[in-house]
Amino acid sequence: MSGNIWIVAEQWRGKLSEITFESLALGREVADGLGVKLQAVLLGHDVQNLSTSLGMADSVIYVDHTELADPGASAQASALAQLVRQQKPRTVIVPLTNVSLGTGTLLGEQVGAPVVNFCKDLRAADGHIVADCVLYGGKIEATVTPRGDLTVIGLWPGSRPPDKGRSDRNPPVETQTVTFADQPSVKLRSYIEPDASDVDITQQDVLVAVGRGIQSQENVALAEELAASLGGAVCGSRPVIDQGWLPLSRQVGKSGLNVKPKLYLALGISGAPEHLEGMKDAPLIVAVNSDPDAPIFNVAHYGVVADAMDMIPTLKETVLALRG
Amino acid sequence: MNILVLLRMVPDVVEELEIAPDGRTLDTEYLRMIVNESDDHALEQALILKERKGGKVTVLALDAPDVDDVLFSAVAKGADRVMKIEGGDGGVTTRAAAGMFAEIIRNEKDLQPFDIVLTGVQAIDDLDALVAPILSHRLGLPYLAIVTKVTPDATGKSVTAIREFAGGVRGEFDVPLPAVLGIQAAEKPPRYVPVAKVRAAMKTSKIESIGVPTMADGGQPLLDVSHMRKPVVSGHAQMLDGEPEDVSKKLAGIFTERGLL
Ligand SMILES: Cc1cc2nc3c(=O)[nH]c(=O)nc-3n(C[C@H](O)[C@H](O)[C@H](O)COP(=O)(O)OP(=O)(O)OC[C@H]3O[C@@H](n4cnc5c(N)ncnc54)[C@H](O)[C@@H]3O)c2cc1C
Ligand SMILES: Nc1ncnc2c1ncn2[C@@H]1O[C@H](COP(=O)(O)O)[C@@H](O)[C@H]1O
Repeated sequence: MSGNIWIVAEQWRGKLSEITFESLALGREVADGLGVKLQAVLLGHDVQNLSTSLGMADSVIYVDHTELADPGASAQASALAQLVRQQKPRTVIVPLTNVSLGTGTLLGEQVGAPVVNFCKDLRAADGHIVADCVLYGGKIEATVTPRGDLTVIGLWPGSRPPDKGRSDRNPPVETQTVTFADQPSVKLRSYIEPDASDVDITQQDVLVAVGRGIQSQENVALAEELAASLGGAVCGSRPVIDQGWLPLSRQVGKSGLNVKPKLYLALGISGAPEHLEGMKDAPLIVAVNSDPDAPIFNVAHYGVVADAMDMIPTLKETVLALRG
Repeated sequence: MNILVLLRMVPDVVEELEIAPDGRTLDTEYLRMIVNESDDHALEQALILKERKGGKVTVLALDAPDVDDVLFSAVAKGADRVMKIEGGDGGVTTRAAAGMFAEIIRNEKDLQPFDIVLTGVQAIDDLDALVAPILSHRLGLPYLAIVTKVTPDATGKSVTAIREFAGGVRGEFDVPLPAVLGIQAAEKPPRYVPVAKVRAAMKTSKIESIGVPTMADGGQPLLDVSHMRKPVVSGHAQMLDGEPEDVSKKLAGIFTERGLL
């Protein structure tokens, strides 16, 4: 048993994702804590050049195959399972992103290992690993110890600053081959790019973000007036987009966009991890929510426990009066 | 099309959640259970497919508080069969639940042949893995997650599915059938069904009961939860109290200070 810590380097459309560096930073701590090596596993087609950015790991395991060219949980998991059986790491950290979703579960299933999902932090304690997980839309945390020699970890984005996982070192690369069974599988036909004609919410200084708590399309229009008074634009959480109250181009979060405005004013947004992922780095976050336990208050700088509909018109009037 | 939909009851997180005295589980006494949000979308997508292509929608769920209401409301919306897996001890992990569904789908002859299994993409309490990928693996079927639209192809042997990636980018996929899809959002918001129709469904339809299957791997948990807690509010947010007018003034002051006004 090599007993090493592995991180799965997520690459998408030829680029390494931020979570790759976050995982490297976290993986480094855990590997050092256990006194084992940290290895990065890079899967793809014609992407060996990316390995030079993975120097935080002691070494890189690279697999090149056309089946791995596009993201796909089944092919990724099958490749990882073959490597795991050969090399016997103790922990495999898989990103819990929209690109990699499902890979960790399938890997655990194929190699018969426990899967720790929704992990936000990981540490070594007495030669074991212990994970902290975020459940119930951010309202509960659980501390979890997996059983057995091998564990698969599904890691939320944001566990460590990505810069802590970068290094100038050029790591040694070991190339491995895998085979794929000839089974029916899904095939990517094409990508659909987001609509570029709408307001670009990533370029706004002020964003007024509305969530399910906004309750109706008419109230979204009121939030738009508030945004206009502040010289900004409106964006939203997933349920608001799914309802068709705002276009997909306004969605913030895991499937949507990452934004970092000077002010993020969240109205009726609970603060689920998938939403926080897209806005947690804004320098000024103000949240209005009727639930004092809403997880959004854990990342907001200022919080107001109130009905958003009471706040919207008053705040708009106050701002307009100040602006003259 | 013969469509199977899996529904799961989860705690409503808009309510206050309490930890049980054991410190390792949620206190179920005051929990309000609702259907997992993406499952509602999975059901809607199934009903849309049935409307387009004809066929049958069968809904499967594990026994849980209030699950009957959800199953009858599925019938009221247009589901043809609703089935409840009964006799388990309730506290099954996601992995064990996935294993049970795989056994049932494989062994209940009258569920065959099916074209597609739709589950919600993810549930808020999935500490130990996701259902759809496990099901796909155990049934030897293709899998796609984070799906937002499913369109049947002319041949009836495949569907076109839209899957979300990051940054608002989506992908169009060719999915050979049968397959397992994790639905994130149906192509339109889940339909609303009036209570009167649900009541009518309670009178005219019945929930079929299936016993908990014996599992090859025993369905034992592979994780130990040592404790659960509410996140420590890191004292991050400074809370502003008062009437909307006062709070608005305070906020406007903060915005001015930051040069935003
Ligand atoms: C794979 C995947 C990808 C996802 N991607 C995204 C993504 O990109 N973006 C995203 O946002 N989500 C995403 N989600 C969904 C995410 O998990 C949450 O479901 C979602 O963020 C919840 O949105 P919300 O906060 O608006 O709604 P809820 O969680 O329902 O919260 C509504 C809030 O409004 C409050 N409220 C109610 N009434 C009022 C009122 N009158 N005044 C003030 N407050 C009120 C409530 O207290 C509650 O806190 C994704 C999920 C998955 C599984
Ligand atoms: N206990 C369960 N009963 C019924 N359906 C379930 C159960 N567990 C998971 N599912 C289905 O699988 C989806 C994804 O759940 P999970 O993979 O556990 O996040 C759920 O939204 C349901 O569609």
